[in-house]
Amino acid sequence: MSAREHYGAVVLGAGPAGLTAGIYLARARVRTLIVDEGVPGGQLVLTHAVANYPGVMETPGAMLARTMRKQAESFGCEVRGQTGARILDLAGRPKRLDVEGLGEVTADAVILATGGKPRALGIPNEDRFKGRGVSYCATCDGDFFTGMEIVAIGGGNSALEEAVGLAKFGSKVTIIHEFDHFQAQPWAVRQAEEHPKVHFLMNQEVLEFVGDEVLEGVRVRDKATGEVRTVPARGAFVFIGYEPATADLRGVVELDERGRILTDERLATNVPGVFAAGDARARPYRQIATAVGDGATAALAAIDWLSARS
Amino acid sequence: MPMLATDLTQIESDAEFEKLLAENPNVMLCCGRNGPMCLPVYDVMETLQKDPKYAHVAFRAMPFDHPVARHVRSLPHTRNFMGLPFTIYYKNGEVVAATSSIQNKAQITAILDEHFSA
Repeated sequence: MSAREHYGAVVLGAGPAGLTAGIYLARARVRTLIVDEGVPGGQLVLTHAVANYPGVMETPGAMLARTMRKQAESFGCEVRGQTGARILDLAGRPKRLDVEGLGEVTADAVILATGGKPRALGIPNEDRFKGRGVSYCATCDGDFFTGMEIVAIGGGNSALEEAVGLAKFGSKVTIIHEFDHFQAQPWAVRQAEEHPKVHFLMNQEVLEFVGDEVLEGVRVRDKATGEVRTVPARGAFVFIGYEPATADLRGVVELDERGRILTDERLATNVPGVFAAGDARARPYRQIATAVGDGATAALAAIDWLSARS
Repeated sequence: MPMLATDLTQIESDAEFEKLLAENPNVMLCCGRNGPMCLPVYDVMETLQKDPKYAHVAFRAMPFDHPVARHVRSLPHTRNFMGLPFTIYYKNGEVVAATSSIQNKAQITAILDEHFSA
């Protein structure tokens, strides 16, 4: 039997919360492993421009993520991206996890920073037309739809801001929203309402994407009248928010009704030695700055917890 | 200075492109920009490039806005593509698969395993 790797702390998730936790833990000389099944940086990598992170002028999210990763690694933190991890036992001492490429590893403390993931509509043909009309990134793909009709699906700040941005390219942008009111901030709503190319289709259920080789339209049902219609569109941009990436944590730590991890004010979960940080945690705001704050708090609490038991 | 934010070797001339296909029977070429849909694909490719299991595959990136990208943009396989990056898989110089927009590691390795089995 091969020797298992043992860490002072394992952090699941390498977004801003996880990387920050890694920085604090490694600087405290806690042997730390950060594992992420995707790209280190998490949703930060998917952010085209970050303009509200203190101390940094506008920068691509991917660059900020890369710096955070290098910073964590510079203190000795081991960061493994594109690496799956399976929880074996977090209640016992030590904690046990199965990490792709390492096998079973043990840890004295675990920080859950699994973040969130963009919510997909989950309707027919969404995957089929991904990259052929259905997109999740206006800044990436907007110019493919120059002079064409576009729909933006969603009612939050992202949907409305991106719809206005897409109006630079499209002949017409229709915002389709499931409710009769927006969740976006008033300034974002006003900006969209004032744009001559932006139109609104409220209180609609999106049924499916339709087309042959490329997207040709979006079928919707009016929630008030039941009327079904096809909205012509060559491009459909989906901005319907995020959901916590906590499916694997059910039954492991306590979650709320929305699948978010419940913690106390020191970000401890109901399982001793297991902490949570970032978008996977039940909290009101999801910003890079708040995730970083969470990561620092969870790491410091974990360090205290480890110190009390050493 | 390379145009793309990746450690992958970048193809920035016709000669490099032709040499790539001439010398490598298995090629995965990702044509994109420095955007949020492209960077994750480069990251997966960087990871796979270090994996001995895929030592028989040449992983390369190509800037979408460079003239050399016409080799990808003009392919019939990409005619209906409307999402970056455009990722092309070449077997002995012929296109065997092509994808548009972001792909994860599982999706990419499925294609590699199907077309480039060692």
